[in-house]
Amino acid sequence: MSSDAILEVENLGIRLRDRQLVKNVSFSVGRNETLALVGESGSGKTLTSLSIMQLLPRALSVSSGRILFQGRNLLELPAREVRKISGNRVSMIFQEPMSTLNPVMTVGYQVREVLKAHSPMTNAEAEAQVVRMFERVRIPDARRRLNDYPHTFSGGMRQRIIIAAAIVCKPDLLIADEPTTALDITVQAQVLSLLRELQDEYGMSVLFITHDMGVVATIADRVVVMRSGEMVETAPVERIFRQPEHSYTQELIRSSSAFELDDRDAGDPAPGPFEPVLSVQGLTTRFDVKGGAWGGRIGQVHAVEDVSFTIGKGETLAIVGESGSGKSTTGRALLGLNRPNSGSILYKGRRVSRFDPDETRHLRTGIQMIFQDPFGSLNPRLRIRDAIAEPLLCRKLCSGKAEAYERAAFYLEQVGLDPAMGERYPHEFSGGQRQRISIAKSLSLQPDVIVADEAVSALDVTTKVRVIDLLKQIQETYNISMLFISHDISAVNRISHRIAVMYMGRVVEIGPRRAVLREPAHEYTRRLLSATLTTDTSKRGLAVDSAPRELVSPIHPVGYEPAPCRMREVGAGHFVLAEI
Amino acid sequence: MFLWLVKRGLQAVGVIVVMTLLVFIGVNVIGDPTAILVPPEASAADRARLVASLQLDLPLWHQYLLFLKGFLGGNVGNSFVYNTSAIDVILQRMPATIELALAAYAMSIVIGIPLGLYCGLRENTLGARLVTGISVLGFSIPTFWIGIVFIILFAVDLGVLPSGGRGATVDVLGVPISLLTVDGLRHVLLPALTLALFKIAFMIRLVKAGVKDILPTQYITFARAKGLSPRRIVFVHILKNLMIPVVTISGMELGTLIAFSVVTETVFGWPGMGKLIVDSINMLDRPLIVAYLMIMTALFCVINIVVDISYALLDPRIRVAQ
Repeated sequence: MSSDAILEVENLGIRLRDRQLVKNVSFSVGRNETLALVGESGSGKTLTSLSIMQLLPRALSVSSGRILFQGRNLLELPAREVRKISGNRVSMIFQEPMSTLNPVMTVGYQVREVLKAHSPMTNAEAEAQVVRMFERVRIPDARRRLNDYPHTFSGGMRQRIIIAAAIVCKPDLLIADEPTTALDITVQAQVLSLLRELQDEYGMSVLFITHDMGVVATIADRVVVMRSGEMVETAPVERIFRQPEHSYTQELIRSSSAFELDDRDAGDPAPGPFEPVLSVQGLTTRFDVKGGAWGGRIGQVHAVEDVSFTIGKGETLAIVGESGSGKSTTGRALLGLNRPNSGSILYKGRRVSRFDPDETRHLRTGIQMIFQDPFGSLNPRLRIRDAIAEPLLCRKLCSGKAEAYERAAFYLEQVGLDPAMGERYPHEFSGGQRQRISIAKSLSLQPDVIVADEAVSALDVTTKVRVIDLLKQIQETYNISMLFISHDISAVNRISHRIAVMYMGRVVEIGPRRAVLREPAHEYTRRLLSATLTTDTSKRGLAVDSAPRELVSPIHPVGYEPAPCRMREVGAGHFVLAEI
Repeated sequence: MFLWLVKRGLQAVGVIVVMTLLVFIGVNVIGDPTAILVPPEASAADRARLVASLQLDLPLWHQYLLFLKGFLGGNVGNSFVYNTSAIDVILQRMPATIELALAAYAMSIVIGIPLGLYCGLRENTLGARLVTGISVLGFSIPTFWIGIVFIILFAVDLGVLPSGGRGATVDVLGVPISLLTVDGLRHVLLPALTLALFKIAFMIRLVKAGVKDILPTQYITFARAKGLSPRRIVFVHILKNLMIPVVTISGMELGTLIAFSVVTETVFGWPGMGKLIVDSINMLDRPLIVAYLMIMTALFCVINIVVDISYALLDPRIRVAQ
C-alpha cells in the first residue's frame, strides 16, 4: 500500500440479489491527484463511487473487496464512524444540481448544517464561514443570498452551492459524480475551472466520474475506464489518449473527439445544386411574462427574434446554442407547435405561417421531428409497430393495418432494428434503440425535412455516434434535409453541412461548417468554441474562473422593439450578425 | 401576499353568496314545515296565522331577500323548534363539536405521523407490515360499531372511562371548553378516538407514501453524504418536505371532521352540532338548517384559506407563484 494514496479500492464487487453489477474493481487515488472514472451507462462507475461512502441503495450490497481511506477499511466501519468522515474528510457531489438541494430549506442553512455536524460552533461562526465559502465559489451577493431558496438559483449557481457544501470542511477527497453533465458548455467550463482552483488551494484529491473524454483530457491525471461493471483499462492520462490499448477505450475517444473529423467525406456544402426546401424569414416568437398584482402581462421573453435561414434539399443545417438561446423554440415553430408573433415560413415555396389546422397538418407530414428524451417520446402502452403504424393509418396513407405493419417492419429494418421486434413495448429497448424507433416513425411518413431537437443529447457517447451515423446514412439514401438542433459541438461537427449559432434568440453567425468552426467571426461563437473541451491533451488547462456569466433569458418589458437583424458577410456563404 | 389574501377573501365571499342561493332554494323544496309544526286538528285560521308569522306566505324571491338581509345582519330567523335565534342555537353547540374534531385531529397527528414514519422508514419489518395491515381496519370498520364496542369495553366492562356525554367545562373568553379539565379529557377520549380511527389510518398511509417518495431522492442522498445524523435527516429534511402534502390533505379533512361527526355524536351522546342538524332536517326547521349550512360554508372557506397559507409557508416554491 503506497503511503501516498488517499483512497485505495481493492477488488470491489457489488451485487443486486444474484446479479453481479460491479466486479473486481481496483484503483487508487493519490494525494492531490485527479483520477477520472470513465464509462457509459451501466458501467458501474456511479455504484462504485456510492459504495465508498456507504450510500448504496438498500437493495444492493458489497459482495467483496476493501476500500481503504487513510488506512481504514470504509466498508467495515460502523455507520456512525462513516458519518464522521462523510462531508468532512470525504465529500461527494452529484449530477443534477436541480435535485441535489432540499427545495424547502435555504441554501445557507444547507451548507451551515455540514459545518455544525462536524465541529462544534455557534450559528454565527458557521454563518461567517459559509459566507466566505460562497464568496470563494463566486456566488454574487453572498451574504444576502444565504437566505434564498434553491429554486431561485440557476443550475450553474446551484452546482457552486453544492460544491461549497461539499468542501466547506476542507475534505481530503472529493468524489464528483458527473457534476457538469447537466450544465451548459460555458457553465461547465467555469465549474471545472473552479474545481481545479479549489483542488490546488486545499490540496484535495478528486475522484471524477464522467462519460466525456473531453472532460477527462482536460482535468484528469490518471484514468480508469469501466464497462459493464468491470475495469477495462487504466493509465495516466497522456498515455490513454496517445496509446489506448483496449478497443473500447479507443471507441470512447473517437466518439468524444470534437474537432478531429477533417476527412469527413459527406463534404461541405451538400452535394448537388442548392434547392431550397424550407425557408424561414424574420421569425419572431415571444412569450408573455405574467406578474404584478393582477396577473397582467409585465414583459415578454423574446425567445426567437428575427431569425432567418434556408435549408436546401439533402443538406443538414445545425443550430447550436445553449439554454435560452431559442433553438428549440425555432424548431418547434417549424412544426406549428407554437405560434410565432411574426415572420414567415416557406415550405416548398408555400407560405405556412397562418397556422390554420389544414395547413399545419400538411406541414406535419412533410416535416417530422425527433425529440430529445427517448424515454418520454414513445407511448409506453403501444407496441412499437403500432406506434409507427398509427400516423400512417390516421392519415390514410395506408390501405389497412396489414400494409401499415409491413411499412413499419420495413422502416425498422432501415434503422437497423430487427422487424420482429415490432411486437415489443418501448420499455424493452435501450435509449439508443428508442431513438432509432423514433427515427423510423418519422421516416415512415416520407418527410422532406427532419427536425432533430437534441435528439442525441440524452444518449451515451458511443451510442450517440451510431445514431448520428444512422441519420447521415438516411439522409443520403432518401435525400432528406435536416435541421439538427444541439448544444454539442462534436455532434454538430459530425453531421452538419452548415451551422447556425444562436444566442439570446438571435442567429449570431451562420455559415459552412468548417468556416464557422475554424474561423468563428462572432464573439459568442468564439466563447462557445473555447469552452468546448477537446481530447487533445496538449491543450490542457482551463481559463481562470472569472465571475460567472449567467445565461440570461432575453426578457424585455412590454413595448420594447428590438433592432432588426442585419447580417454581414465575412466569407463565402458565411455571415455574422452586424452589431449595432 | 396581501393582494392574494384579498383575492382569496373575495372568492370566499363569492362562494358564500352562491351558497345562500343554493341553500335557500334547496331548503324551500324539502317540504312544508307547517305540516309538522301545526297539530293536525288546528283550524285553518290557526294555520294561516302560523304561516303569516313565519312569513311563509310571501313570494319566494321576497323571502330570499329578507333572508339575505337578515343574514348580513347576522340573523337568519328564529328556529322553528327552539324559538330562539337559529345562529345562537348553533353557536351554543359549536364548541363541543369543534372540541371533538380538534381532539380527533390531534390524535391523528400524534399517532398517525410517527406510525407512518415508522412504516415508511422500516418498511419490510414485521412491525411495519402489521401496522399497515391493521390500518386497513381503520378504513373499513364503521364508526358506530367501533364506538359501541369502545363503550362496552372501556365503560361497561372495565369501567375506566365514562360511557357518554361531555365532561366538565371551563370558560375561556366566554366559550365553554372541556378539554382543559381532567374530567373533560376523560369524556372526550373515546369519542375522539372513534372519530380519529379513519383519520389515523389515512395519515399512516399518507405519511408512508410520502416517505417512500422522499427517501430515494437525490437531496436525501446528498444529506447522507454530508454526514448528517439519521435523526436530523428524518426529522428535518424528510419531515419538512413531507408536511406539504400532509398539511394540504389533512387540512381539508378537518372540515369534514367538523361537519360529519354526527354518528359519533349520536353514539356517545355528545352535545354537538351534528345531532342538531339531523334533528332539524327531520323537523324541517328551516332557519336552523340554513344557519348550519352557512356557518359550515364559512368555516370551510376559512379552513381552506388557512391551508393555502400554511402550504405557502411550508413550500417556498409556491410563494413565488403567488
